[in-house]
Amino acid sequence: MTGDLIFILLALLTIVPAVWVVLSQNIVHAGFALLFTLMGAAGLYAYMGADFIAVAQVMVYVGGVLVLILFTVMMTRVPGKGRHRYGVDRYVPAAILAIAVFGILYKAITSVQWNASATPAQPTTAEIGTNFMTTYIFPFEYVSLVLLAAMIGAAILIREHKTVDEDQDEPEVQS
Amino acid sequence: MNVGLPHFLTVSAALFALGLFGVMSRRNAVGILMGVELMLNAANINFVAFSRYVQHTIDGQIMAAFVIVLAAAEAAVALAIVLAMFRNYGSVYADTAQSLKR
Repeated sequence: MTGDLIFILLALLTIVPAVWVVLSQNIVHAGFALLFTLMGAAGLYAYMGADFIAVAQVMVYVGGVLVLILFTVMMTRVPGKGRHRYGVDRYVPAAILAIAVFGILYKAITSVQWNASATPAQPTTAEIGTNFMTTYIFPFEYVSLVLLAAMIGAAILIREHKTVDEDQDEPEVQS
Repeated sequence: MNVGLPHFLTVSAALFALGLFGVMSRRNAVGILMGVELMLNAANINFVAFSRYVQHTIDGQIMAAFVIVLAAAEAAVALAIVLAMFRNYGSVYADTAQSLKR
């Protein structure tokens, strides 16, 4: 069926580049693979009828977070030291824990009898907007404050500390 | 095959496990951040899937929108920290940042 085929393609678009994200030795390649994973996740949201979340995912993650990540990767590259060295001491425990977590989650997913039925897909943007302005008005305003604080904090963190030195270099005005 | 809740949960679990592997195995701080982003996306897929298949309300999608906003804030602060770390230590490897002062 067409719907199943689309789901399988979207799932592969999400999972296969994610493997490349965590295994690639080149961090720039990992960043570009993350692009495809995020687009696949946006497709999964759209498949589930969450149109607003899908568009927000594309705009915020692909348009914002991923560009930030790629800028940072390219600004912090040291020539000749870009290679990600393999170390068994890090990969073996990480692989064991990741496989164990996936196994436990998969066992839980398959063993539970889900009382699940799909809601018919309908436009969600108006309903989300209404909820933001009524039920979720406090979290909505609070998260905007958090975002503002994070932006100011980021700007302060990457600021060059020059102002103090310049003040000290200037000759003192005689009183 | 009829695509339902367990399929989305399986994709999400795989994404979460991959993100956990990335966080634990990467030395590059930006790579660790990429793993965190994968895990947040896995949680978001779960929110939207449960919202559609179990809860039948819009609340899960609203929570997913909050997660997206907080992930953006987290990425901005984390990448600023990485840049400051690169300026002070000359590398972005998490295990080279060991001292509290220069």
